Amino acid sequence: MIKVVNLQKSFKGTEVLKGMNVEINKGDVVCVIGPSGAGKSTFLRCLNMLEKPTGGHIIFEGDDLMDRRVNLDVHRQKMGMVFQQFNLFPHMTVLENMTCAPVMLKKKTKEEAEKKAMELLGRIGLADRAGSYPRQLSGGQKQRVAIVRALCMEPDVMLFDEPTSALDPEMVGEVLDVMKKLAAEGMTMVVVTHEMGFAREVSNRVLFLADGIIMEEGSPEQIFEHPQTERLKNFLAKVL
Amino acid sequence: MADIISFFETGFANVGQFFERWFAKLYETFIATNMYTMIFDGLRNTLIITLGALAIGVLIGTVIAVVKYFAEDVRALRPLAAICNVYVTVIRGIPMTVLLLIFYYIIMKAAKDGVPVAIVAFGVNSGAYMAELIRSGLNAVDVGQMEAGRSLGLSKLQTMRKIIMPQAVRYILPAIGNEMIALLKETSVAGYVAIVDLTRALNLIRNNTFDAINTLGLCALIYLALTMLLTGLLGRMERRMAGND
Repeated sequence: MIKVVNLQKSFKGTEVLKGMNVEINKGDVVCVIGPSGAGKSTFLRCLNMLEKPTGGHIIFEGDDLMDRRVNLDVHRQKMGMVFQQFNLFPHMTVLENMTCAPVMLKKKTKEEAEKKAMELLGRIGLADRAGSYPRQLSGGQKQRVAIVRALCMEPDVMLFDEPTSALDPEMVGEVLDVMKKLAAEGMTMVVVTHEMGFAREVSNRVLFLADGIIMEEGSPEQIFEHPQTERLKNFLAKVL
Repeated sequence: MADIISFFETGFANVGQFFERWFAKLYETFIATNMYTMIFDGLRNTLIITLGALAIGVLIGTVIAVVKYFAEDVRALRPLAAICNVYVTVIRGIPMTVLLLIFYYIIMKAAKDGVPVAIVAFGVNSGAYMAELIRSGLNAVDVGQMEAGRSLGLSKLQTMRKIIMPQAVRYILPAIGNEMIALLKETSVAGYVAIVDLTRALNLIRNNTFDAINTLGLCALIYLALTMLLTGLLGRMERRMAGND
């Protein structure tokens, strides 16, 4: 579904990603772990071109997103993204947050979008908050709304950029639960996370990023039980 | 006791006399000669020029602000952004009166009426200031909002229109209100190009009646009342938007 070939990214001469190759297949739940500054978020943001790579290719559903002729907006409709800071639209209600993109992009009529949104809100137990504004929600509720907002576009893949890092500890669980359900339904997911429990339990593949490269890649068992490199052993010793 | 009573009687009589004489003077200056109609015409022109220039200013300012906002990461817009910078620098470096004269005698020489010329000249001037106001309003909106819009597949302009602008308005509107107040007062130089605005109307009446105190005093009072009215409206609008946060 997504094929990353020799992905490179520099910020003003500092090399953050030094050539990454990875393939994400349909139904994969890939967790990206690693020390801070390793380039995890940059890697994820390159996947939907919020960050413009300086080299390499991102092949998404057959199209190279690095090709200037490719319409990024169309491809982004297929790639949902959830941010650390939620980034809900504060001037819109929960329902408007969810329906604005599908309606503006003419993927759905207003009625269809609202029906879909209410159904999604029902599944995360927030149907009664449809008319609320984001400021009236708790952090965990905001992030759950952000997830279903992305789902309203019916994406083929969901990208999560440290979705629980800005949450109070007691709210982490409710967000992870939504993500677990999503994974169980077969959604393709790429998750940058510090939640090792989630990575171990839910993902089918883990990428360990360090120093701008994918230092290790494998099943959760391989990564967590049989780490090969010193860097990964050190990292796991610190976080587990 | 009788002294005190007579003092008050003559005192009141004096005050009464003063007002009587003042009203007579006002009548003579403004009503008897039908001069007051000029005040309404002048006020109308002042308001037309202010509102027209404000509209043009907001339009120009928004275009420049959006161009410069996007030019930060779209290379193709850089030349356009450079042109915008030149415009802002040039306009901000020219006194309004000079700009007005240039428009009237050179650029829009063919125009028969001064009012449209003034609208354009004041609008072009105002646009340069608005551009910076609007741009700082856009920049005050968290970058995550643009990213969230784009990640949903909305285009840059769609995100600007639906996500960024509605949030930026909260920061921009008070600044535009202040700009409008400044603009209202600035239009008082419109008389330079033969427009009878509020200032020119009252100055003409002064010239005809030699009544400087009442004409110029009234002129100042009308401007004061208008700015107070605008300030009040602005405050109400701000409070309403703050509640809408």
